[in-house]
Amino acid sequence: MSESTNQDQASKGEVHLVHLYPRQMSIYGDLGNTRAMAARLRWHGYTPVVHDHHPGAQWPEQAHLVLGGGGQDSGQVRVQEDLDAQADRLRELANDGVPMLMICGMYQLMGKAFITVEGKRLPGLGILDVTTQGNATRMIGPVVLETEFGTVVGYENHSGSTVLGEGQAAFGKVLHGNGNNPEDGDEGARTNNVIGSYLHGPILPANPALADSLLEIAAIRATGSWLPNEIDDSIATQAHQRQVTRLTDR
Amino acid sequence: MDLLTQVRTSAAIAVGKAARTASRLRGGGSALPGLVTEKVDPRILAHTLGELAHGVVVVSGTNGKTTTTKMLVAVLRAHGLSVFTNPTGSNFTRGVISSMLGEVGLSGRLKADVAVVELDEAHSLKFAQVVKPTHSLLLNVARDQLDRFAEIDHTAQLLASLAEQTHGSVVLNADDAFIARIADVVQPGVGIEWFAVDPEIADQLPAIQEDDVRFSDPADAPTLGPAAGLLHPHDAKSFTIRYPGGSNVGPLELRQRGLAAMINSTAATTMARVLLDERFVPATAQMALERVNPPFGRGEVIDAGGCPLELVLVKNPAGFTVALGTYGNEPVASMVAINDNYADGRDVSWLYDVSFESLRSRGVALTSGVRAYDMALRLQYDDVQVDRVEPDLDEALDSFLAAHQGEPTRIFCTYTAMMHLRRRLSTKFDLARFGEDPENE
Repeated sequence: MSESTNQDQASKGEVHLVHLYPRQMSIYGDLGNTRAMAARLRWHGYTPVVHDHHPGAQWPEQAHLVLGGGGQDSGQVRVQEDLDAQADRLRELANDGVPMLMICGMYQLMGKAFITVEGKRLPGLGILDVTTQGNATRMIGPVVLETEFGTVVGYENHSGSTVLGEGQAAFGKVLHGNGNNPEDGDEGARTNNVIGSYLHGPILPANPALADSLLEIAAIRATGSWLPNEIDDSIATQAHQRQVTRLTDR
Repeated sequence: MDLLTQVRTSAAIAVGKAARTASRLRGGGSALPGLVTEKVDPRILAHTLGELAHGVVVVSGTNGKTTTTKMLVAVLRAHGLSVFTNPTGSNFTRGVISSMLGEVGLSGRLKADVAVVELDEAHSLKFAQVVKPTHSLLLNVARDQLDRFAEIDHTAQLLASLAEQTHGSVVLNADDAFIARIADVVQPGVGIEWFAVDPEIADQLPAIQEDDVRFSDPADAPTLGPAAGLLHPHDAKSFTIRYPGGSNVGPLELRQRGLAAMINSTAATTMARVLLDERFVPATAQMALERVNPPFGRGEVIDAGGCPLELVLVKNPAGFTVALGTYGNEPVASMVAINDNYADGRDVSWLYDVSFESLRSRGVALTSGVRAYDMALRLQYDDVQVDRVEPDLDEALDSFLAAHQGEPTRIFCTYTAMMHLRRRLSTKFDLARFGEDPENE
């Protein structure tokens, strides 16, 4: 579609995306988030540069947006060592305002700690003030949220029950589904431009307003400005609105 | 069976048979008679299946169960065995009992030499709690319905546990790291046989196989003995199932297209050899395989008013990727129908783990189903042109066929969308219904 509209014009600049552990931590289609961001950057006239960051690899020289997905427990174990090695860098980038979107397993690892079913406490990066308790039962199903980016739709599938620390902002309020846990109606967490969420879907193609909000911050960091093109999101809007209506009668 | 057990079994079967008659009259579902029978005698399956001369074979894994079961049954029947099997879709112990009710006397004796049952990973374990399988044929582990099984590692664990409870032989896929590792857990004395693809085409495998990220090193390749079945393709259609110890099957061609069907036939044939031992006749197996029709909706070709319509079931990334690989180089007018009911998998995220670039040259005429717009959106991100989005399946099918009269067509669909479309197509074109397979047309 809009891909070709700007082919003849000069690129508005390179924007570097880093996808953390695509092999181990992207089991529910979360790679779709990275694909969607790369495509939308092209549609907006920018040049996306995607860095797949694998465990043990060197960190790329530039990172304007960092994405991470959900994995299995075994996948989380496999990335732990590299995540420890990158911890200071990721905390620094987060403090500096780099936008990050961390889904499910990576959301949990961004938190203060994960407490296993057996009661063992595994420390996280502490970028988000959240603590996750391992559970025997899973929270599975479609989700609708109210967020500052408008309604957000997605699909949750997690056994961890997450609780926000005092003063920690949620990503959204649950209109349908569980969210962080079955009790408090919060979903995800947000600090600076770091968003953690349980929502697959994948979340970015299903919610273009959220996608473009993150791209705006990334593009400004990369090029000094955000000059978006008009994108025809009518299909995405239909898909999105149908889920909202179906699940919440809105 | 002691007398009391016998009475209970007979009572259960009588009740079940009555329910079966009643539900047939109503035209109702197939699981209810099994349910009431199971209520009266929870161990009914152990009583009826436990005494078969050639044992009980369970076929499980993520992809290809239905096709493989059908092929294995065909090969065994061609060798003169009387085979009990569960029809497609009755993928539960109750479904197995329901199908048994038609073939069993009140004594509980089943007139069969062997039972071959297709069960999904979770139900195969429930089944094994009642009937210990003599043989298990384990195909593959892939992402499928994670909303039910939660994690691939968990799915692999279910199959390992099935293998542990098998007391005769297991036949395993040497190319699937999850399945290959199961060899480590089978009981001492239980036979292990392998099937695999020829190294020549091994480069086609990564796209259809999951990475096992549980271990940092790749699994040690299992040692394939003289009775291992090796798929050796000659071209897109013709292949030989090679046995290093002799008695190859083929060259042959299947009615179902694609690499996945060839792999399934290699799995089925290798299990048949294990079961039949010296009675196995390669030429008989070949003839049987060549006559197997694709199961409904699995690459089935429907005569839609004089033009072929291919109905292709897609239910997970590996399956969709294989289907696109199989059909991608012969582009025809295509429709994609995605539902998100429980049987389809309620999470549609998996569509983003499939690459749709092979549809780019021809585009997609229509997307349909409950998640029609999500599918169109997915295609948009792969730069595949979509002409129309119509969530209503009937409306979509009618206008798709009307717009492409006189040319071949293809529909990729999830399970409940396939069932719906298949029903409408069978009314429209007077096709055989589910359960009536014109096996030897």
